[in-house]
Amino acid sequence: MADTKIPLVDYLSLDGEPHLIAQECTSCGAKYFDRRNACAGCFATEFSPVEVGREGVLTSFTIVAFAAPGVKVPFVAGVVDCGGISVRGNVINTEPDPDHVKLGMPVRLATYSMGADDHGTEAIAFGFEPA
Amino acid sequence: MSASDDIWILGINMTKFGKHPDKDIVDLGAEAMMAALADGGVTMGDMGILAAGNLMGGGGVGQQLQKQVGQTGIPVYNVSNACATGATALRTAIMAVKAGECDMGIAVGVEKLAGAGLLGGGGTPKKDEKVWEPSGRFGAVANPDGVIGTNTMPGVFAQIGMEYGHKYGGTSFELFAKISEKNHSHSTLNPLAAYSKEMSLEQIMGDMMIAYPNTRPMCSANCDGAAAAVVVNGAKLRTLSKEQQRRAVKVRASVLTTDPWEEACQVLPDVNTLTKNASAQAYESAGVGPDDLDLVELHDCFATAELVHYDNLRLCEEGGAVDFFESGATWRNGATPVNVSGGLQSKGHPISATGIANIWEVCHHVRGEAGDRQIEGAQVGLAHVIGLGSACGVHILEKSGL
Repeated sequence: MADTKIPLVDYLSLDGEPHLIAQECTSCGAKYFDRRNACAGCFATEFSPVEVGREGVLTSFTIVAFAAPGVKVPFVAGVVDCGGISVRGNVINTEPDPDHVKLGMPVRLATYSMGADDHGTEAIAFGFEPA
Repeated sequence: MSASDDIWILGINMTKFGKHPDKDIVDLGAEAMMAALADGGVTMGDMGILAAGNLMGGGGVGQQLQKQVGQTGIPVYNVSNACATGATALRTAIMAVKAGECDMGIAVGVEKLAGAGLLGGGGTPKKDEKVWEPSGRFGAVANPDGVIGTNTMPGVFAQIGMEYGHKYGGTSFELFAKISEKNHSHSTLNPLAAYSKEMSLEQIMGDMMIAYPNTRPMCSANCDGAAAAVVVNGAKLRTLSKEQQRRAVKVRASVLTTDPWEEACQVLPDVNTLTKNASAQAYESAGVGPDDLDLVELHDCFATAELVHYDNLRLCEEGGAVDFFESGATWRNGATPVNVSGGLQSKGHPISATGIANIWEVCHHVRGEAGDRQIEGAQVGLAHVIGLGSACGVHILEKSGL
């Protein structure tokens, strides 16, 4: 069995302390989590990777109680402002109810295992937990 | 043919929204087209263009509809633009008439959605072997829906309302539920609505939670339906009968926008900027302001969405949507009645029909033909629609002065 880890998405880096990586437009500073042919804001074509801060503020959320088959509910989906970069993620490690999840609450990046595949590779997911 | 700057709705119709198990999209679309042509006192022989909107039916609905109502060889544009599909079809017909390619055109939007369930959150097919293998634009090894946020429409629009609350304060579960209470109350006067039952605040808040703070009655109702509109230029209209001229509705503005790049639009769709842009363009081109509107039909796909569009359409001051709603302004007896049809939460949301059905509602009032739910003396109204991705249609309509 191989003892390897793979991130849930390619913009989650597991090198050192886990963190997110955005592609920053070298011309206007706009940041993207996927590949772009040109910057959607200024049309420039050069990008360079930048590290996204691990701490942020929850600027919006919903508590999903009804989802596609196979998706565990309830869960908290939200948007976190990490120092000027908006990140999409779940709020984890707290009760998924409006008494525990509040607009404007400080949160930080956290990772957890999604289990191993048949080759022993472990997938690592991220979320945001109350800070 | 003559290019003419003024564009009019000559005939318009929406089918009953709801469950139509015995009709397919061609039956429903043809029903709306035949009725819109009859309403305008014209036939397919008068039409120079057909723009047909449908999202879930597999394509080519325009040609199928021609075979039902009249094949004359005119150009057909099959359009698809998410929930703004109907408005896009109408705008396509308007552009052709405005460009002088023809004097009259017809637009139709049709959808069958009854029983479609939750939209937006797709499942993943099961494989025999479990292997974490990156795929897609984010190199995801598993379906991120439910792990990295939500793709479900009730969840996305819940966050759009909550984001407004974070920015300006004053929102609550109860506030959003009260918006839904208003629309369900309005729907009791609309015989074409899919659901026309009064619902108390307690019933709405106590119903099944879908995505906090949206409970089931706070979500748009998936249903079947169609709507169609005939457009004509002013020069041609003036050659038609006095009765046709009197009932025609003037299109004071027809605008379609998409979302310009904004910092957060990659993680949560931005339905605000493009609506602000569309309404600003519409008010400018119509030469009217929000205070001139006698009624507004806006895209309340979820109760949480209606709130933000009060602000985006400048019905209130920036950041003032909560106070504006709580003043009672958007009830049918208020200063700016919003969604007197019952809105998408009650009338229903057969996606591609929605962007013409909301125009039908406004036309009905400015013609003085809205029966029990008539907004007395309505002269000018606005219809707004949003398709995620995003696209926004805004039309401003005015009573005929001919």
